[in-house]
Amino acid sequence: MIIDHPLLGPRDASEFIYLGDASLLNRPKWDEEKSEDNFYKYLYLRENVAGMHKELWFHQQGDRSWLVISRNTVTHEIFKVELATEFKKNMGKSND
Amino acid sequence: MTRPIRTKSSLINTNKKLNFVFNGKKYEGFQGDTLASALLANDVKLIARSFKYHRPRGIFTSGSHEPNALVEIVHDDYNEPNSKATTVELYEGLVAKSQNCWPSLKYDLMSINDKFSKFIGAGFYYKTFMWPSFFWEKVYEPVIRKAAGLGKLSKNKNNKNSEKGFLYCDLLIIGSGPSGLISAYIAGLSGIKVIIVEEDYVFGGSLNNEIFKISNMSPQAWVQSILKEIRKLSNVRCIENTSVIGMFDHGVFGAIQKLKESKLEQIFWKIVSKKALLCSGSLERLIPFQNNDLPGIMLSGSIRSYLNRWGVNNFDKVLLFTNNDDTYVTALDLISNGINLIGVVDTRDNPRIFDPKIKVFKSSQIISAKGKLYLKGVDIVNKVGELTHLKCDYLGISGGWNPNIHLSCHTGVRPEWNEKIYAFVAGKTNVSTHLKAVGSANGKFSLNDCILDAEKQVLEILSDLEMKPKKYSLPKIKEQSFEIDPFWFVKIGSQRKWVDLQNDVTVKDIEMAYAENFRSVEHLKRYTTLGMGTDQGKTSNVTGLAILASLSNKSIPDVGTTVFRPPYIPLSIEALVGSSIGKNFKPTRLTPTHNWARDNGASFTETGLWLRAEWYSQKNEFHWRMSVDREVNSVRNSVGFCDVSTLGKIDIQGKDALEFVNKVYCNGFAKLPVGKVRYGLMLREDGIVMDDGTTARMSENHFIMTTTTVNAESVYRHLEFCHQCLWPEMDVHLISTTDAWAQIAIAGPKSRKIISKIVDKQFDVSNKNFPFMACKEITICGGVLARLFRISFSGELAYELSIPTQYASSLVSYLMEIGKDENIIPYGTEALGVMRIEKGHAAGAELNGTISAQNLNMGKMVSNKKDSIGMVLSKREGLNTLDGLRLVGLKPIKANHQLVSGSHLFNSSDTITPINDLGYITSSCYSPTLKSSIALGFLKNGNSRHGDYLKASNPILKTEVIAEVCNPIFVDPNGDRLRE
Amino acid sequence: MYYNVLKILKEGLNDNKGWKKTWQNPEIKKKYDVIIIGGGGHGLATAFYLAKEFKIKNIAVLEKNWIGGGNVGRNTTIIRSNYLLNENEAFYEFSLKLWETLENQINYNAMVSQRGVLNVFHSDAQRDSFVRRGNSMIINGADAELFDVDKIKSIYPFLDYDNARFPIKGGLFQKRGGSVRHDAVAWGYAHAADELGVDIIQNCEVTGFKIKSGTCIGVETNKGDILANKIGCAVAGSSSVLMSKANMNLPLESHVLQAFVSESLKPFIPGVITFGAGHFYISQSDKGGLVFGGDIDGYNSYAQRGGMDMLEDVCEGGLALMPTIGKARLLRMWGGIMDMSMDGSPIIDKTHIKGLYLNAGWCYGGFKATPASGWCFAHLLAKGASHSLSENFQLDRFKNGYMIDEKGQGAQPNLH
Repeated sequence: MIIDHPLLGPRDASEFIYLGDASLLNRPKWDEEKSEDNFYKYLYLRENVAGMHKELWFHQQGDRSWLVISRNTVTHEIFKVELATEFKKNMGKSND
Repeated sequence: MTRPIRTKSSLINTNKKLNFVFNGKKYEGFQGDTLASALLANDVKLIARSFKYHRPRGIFTSGSHEPNALVEIVHDDYNEPNSKATTVELYEGLVAKSQNCWPSLKYDLMSINDKFSKFIGAGFYYKTFMWPSFFWEKVYEPVIRKAAGLGKLSKNKNNKNSEKGFLYCDLLIIGSGPSGLISAYIAGLSGIKVIIVEEDYVFGGSLNNEIFKISNMSPQAWVQSILKEIRKLSNVRCIENTSVIGMFDHGVFGAIQKLKESKLEQIFWKIVSKKALLCSGSLERLIPFQNNDLPGIMLSGSIRSYLNRWGVNNFDKVLLFTNNDDTYVTALDLISNGINLIGVVDTRDNPRIFDPKIKVFKSSQIISAKGKLYLKGVDIVNKVGELTHLKCDYLGISGGWNPNIHLSCHTGVRPEWNEKIYAFVAGKTNVSTHLKAVGSANGKFSLNDCILDAEKQVLEILSDLEMKPKKYSLPKIKEQSFEIDPFWFVKIGSQRKWVDLQNDVTVKDIEMAYAENFRSVEHLKRYTTLGMGTDQGKTSNVTGLAILASLSNKSIPDVGTTVFRPPYIPLSIEALVGSSIGKNFKPTRLTPTHNWARDNGASFTETGLWLRAEWYSQKNEFHWRMSVDREVNSVRNSVGFCDVSTLGKIDIQGKDALEFVNKVYCNGFAKLPVGKVRYGLMLREDGIVMDDGTTARMSENHFIMTTTTVNAESVYRHLEFCHQCLWPEMDVHLISTTDAWAQIAIAGPKSRKIISKIVDKQFDVSNKNFPFMACKEITICGGVLARLFRISFSGELAYELSIPTQYASSLVSYLMEIGKDENIIPYGTEALGVMRIEKGHAAGAELNGTISAQNLNMGKMVSNKKDSIGMVLSKREGLNTLDGLRLVGLKPIKANHQLVSGSHLFNSSDTITPINDLGYITSSCYSPTLKSSIALGFLKNGNSRHGDYLKASNPILKTEVIAEVCNPIFVDPNGDRLRE
Repeated sequence: MYYNVLKILKEGLNDNKGWKKTWQNPEIKKKYDVIIIGGGGHGLATAFYLAKEFKIKNIAVLEKNWIGGGNVGRNTTIIRSNYLLNENEAFYEFSLKLWETLENQINYNAMVSQRGVLNVFHSDAQRDSFVRRGNSMIINGADAELFDVDKIKSIYPFLDYDNARFPIKGGLFQKRGGSVRHDAVAWGYAHAADELGVDIIQNCEVTGFKIKSGTCIGVETNKGDILANKIGCAVAGSSSVLMSKANMNLPLESHVLQAFVSESLKPFIPGVITFGAGHFYISQSDKGGLVFGGDIDGYNSYAQRGGMDMLEDVCEGGLALMPTIGKARLLRMWGGIMDMSMDGSPIIDKTHIKGLYLNAGWCYGGFKATPASGWCFAHLLAKGASHSLSENFQLDRFKNGYMIDEKGQGAQPNLH
């Protein structure tokens, strides 16, 4: 696969390390009543869709940025690549 | 025997003779020959034996789709099995031999299988060999295995290496037949970057097989003229001898280039292309009838290739069998070369008349081939059932043509059926694909259509790439037509009719599979092994599908399709590896003091990619334990140093650095003062220990974190995740400085003495002013920047000194010099390991990814009062059970008994069963300090069992040791020495 | 139809005209006692054991495509029981014991070939963990031996002992491990289940579950609704997609694992060999092909194909372990979709919906688990309670913190 890095342009996917569903950006609060349950869902029950998937990749052999990639898990087609920091900002809030 | 000279042919240089040997006999061929063409020209028809029945096999095709003519090429240094004679370019001195036959090709004993074919049809082995069950491995299977297999793998390595390379382009053109050349020409003129690859060792594809005229030139002359134009363009790269073996996501292609006259055997290219055109032509299909596997039976188009391209003219009595027009081109070419054409058996009622000289047996079928080792003749039958016997030496068959769409399937796009040409064409889906089939590969079976198709598709690509075409001209060709009637297999006759020649799959096998309910195409393939050979069924798959369709009264596309998988042609594993072989399998990381250590008696051990000194042997030491024990004793009693540069080092800076560190460690860091170091325990979000290390606060907003060697990369990645993905608003910056700073541990009661000698005067390292867990940026040796940490892994008074990497080896030499009086010694990872076990420090063996802070007796370190990674989930029930594992020490009751890592722990009276399993030993060593074997391990409810005796059971090595459970800190449990 | 050598002779003399269907193509009934969704190895084995061991009648297996087309037909055919954790080892050893008598259970020769599985190691730390693992195996009644380099050399002379980047220091050997003709497992279970009256329905895709007040009473399919008292899902690779139709979110990711086969060669590799310094395992099939594989591609995928990087990576590992295979030619590669679970261990459990049961999360250990998975899942379906060997494979273990993490990688499915 080729990942079109927003800063560096097209790069081979082998330069990156995959983490998983981008919902990992939404870390729950630690000090709420249902924190344990929230963390359980956050860590273990992630999206596993056959289709469009937002996911986190790390540019290990590159600029060390975390990217949010919108990719179809059936066709592997990539539709969007964003810096995780930008993506997070655009989510309108930081989850901490 | 006098062999006729070749016909006036296009690509054979009859002035350049080449000698070769096949099955021990000498032959001559010419430059331009393949092994197959040279063998045919020498009247060698019998080349190989089939996989299952060991039936005689000859040359069937003229390309990489060859199912039959597999031979072993004998090189000086190794043998190459399963080589297709049809793609091996002849060279002087080539030696080849047949495989899978014994004692000889002609008299192959295993051909007895053929006599028993009734009993060993498709899937017979699933229904027998079941009793008695131990007979399978002992008797049945060895016999089957011995009989199976084609060639023999040469275990020798050849002297030539392979390499890998990367290529990038706008347009990749696969195949250099008419469509490929026209595409390359038009695209090249526009200025885009084009790569055109050709599998063959000459460009031109199918044009090399023809003798008609293009723009009043021979096809070969036209190929040369357009190639000349193309080669003028610096933006076009033409590569021959190169097969594209696979198409992967996003326009990534793999291609293998065979090299001649090079130090390299081959190059594996990874080609990244914005667009690609598949100009791979089409492949002819066979028609199954009784005994259609005899040597002498070939594809009609291949006879034409051997005649026109290679000038093979010793075909004597040739018969053709077809359902389409293309075969008549072969017929005409045979006649024009004066070859005795018996006629064309045409299944059609009204085939077009191409030339009255051609005798056409219309509405007829060949029902049986005659001959034992070679074709001698055939029986044909016409519409009214009249049987005729025809003598012939060669039979050219054509069941029609399949567009060669192998590559188009590789990214999961299924082919689609085309009713006009009775073949599958490349599928179109809504998924954007980088590959488009063109010309004959796109089902355009006349040259004119191919050229127009190429033009149209290249112009589309140029417009997609926002490029304008330059002026070009297309060649003039006489209009041709292509007509075909579907005719898939001869139904008459009860003997075997071959569908897959290599794997000996016959129509009967397919019928039997159908009867047994293996009716999906995939079942059929797997049950009968149809299309599973080295040719991936390129000549047989669609025919097999058609037979299945006929059995089930369905249309071919309703039965299913045939999906090809990479690679397009088999390629050697070494080609895919390139130069990453032997010691170059993975990079080797050397510590900054590696050369010094090597020169001072160190032996080395692999730690991940690192090579680390494990111990330093001195003259009188003949066993590694002697060195390690000495090193431990020296450190415990005096002073030693160890290169610990492999530890990960992460520089953390920024206004929020403190808060950041406090959130990634589960223990409190909020109150860490400047100039102090703290042990940090890092959890994964699931509450399990990820890593541990120390973090030093060098100044208000500057921290230096160390990680374990193995986790250096993953911890860094994790911290970047925390920063970029969880808390991007934090003002914190991270950089890995593992390679920039060397780190030397200087440990032992005399270590302060050593440190004082190298630290520049203005820095006070007295216990009072630089106590345990202090850190400071200093200078040493008259101005060299350094960082000093008073931390200890050994449990002794100790320091770790960081210096820029380039000074490390000078530093250790200097330490040896100034430490003479103290008998300073270097120590390796083994001594380091012994001392950390003696001190009860958890390391890699304990931090195995299933261990919580609780398990390490560090549960109380996990602060509930702050947010940190892993804190919440570390509170889960399963991680806090009462009988949970705890880190304990173990000591054998007899000092000479040895505790072994990996032993499981049981109560001494319990039986060795899973239910009684109480834990396991993680680390063990001989402790020169305690003069006993000692170990660390995890034990259920371990903290309340100190003083108990357990058995450490090690059934795999058949040992068992009774050991006492104790505090894991064997040496200086109060930590007094650290603070001295 | 009972298969044996006499039958082959008889049918052969009759020009092979008398062979009957290996399994039937029955009409779908309106209602079954148990429906198994998924006609792969696990689903078919479950149906067989339900009928044979638990005497359940009226069972259907619903397969979306053709039986055996999922991971049972897309793996590297290895069987072994060499696990570290007792929870896993006991289960896989039970599976290996079932493999050993499979032919006679199902009257079909799946060519269970116990030619040994060798895992080589390259460091002291690896040796220690293999010792612990080998001990777990023996404690759980399996066989295990620790080989030193000389012993390995004598059996596998073609490994790299001279110039390896990571020298071989020894190996953990399980003699009873080996390989099985993978497709035949599906066909054999289908044949045997069919003989016991199980309805095997191909080309029948489940499109939804019929759930009434918390109880699953049937399924919706492309061939109409089918009712059942109990419904078991065994569709590894697609578990998340299927269970999302019941609004369930599973602790799984779907990943592609590639497998590779070389041209057919005369036999030279005995048994299975696994590399310890990279991802690579290899065996040689009875037909002569070298069957090998490595790591998963590493990103969520439902495409049954992978990338070229992994192909190169696997081949590099292969050549590092055994340079002699350099000349062997890769013939075919393909991919299967794995249910990668959050701790690397499977799930055999009830769901919160009454009547709906789940068998999932096999990562890439699913093939060797087939008989035990079928047996334990059948037990759960028949008795409503877990078999003792699968009682730890619970769906809610992550919530409660009882992970079974063989590799110690945590909630990172692509590392298991």
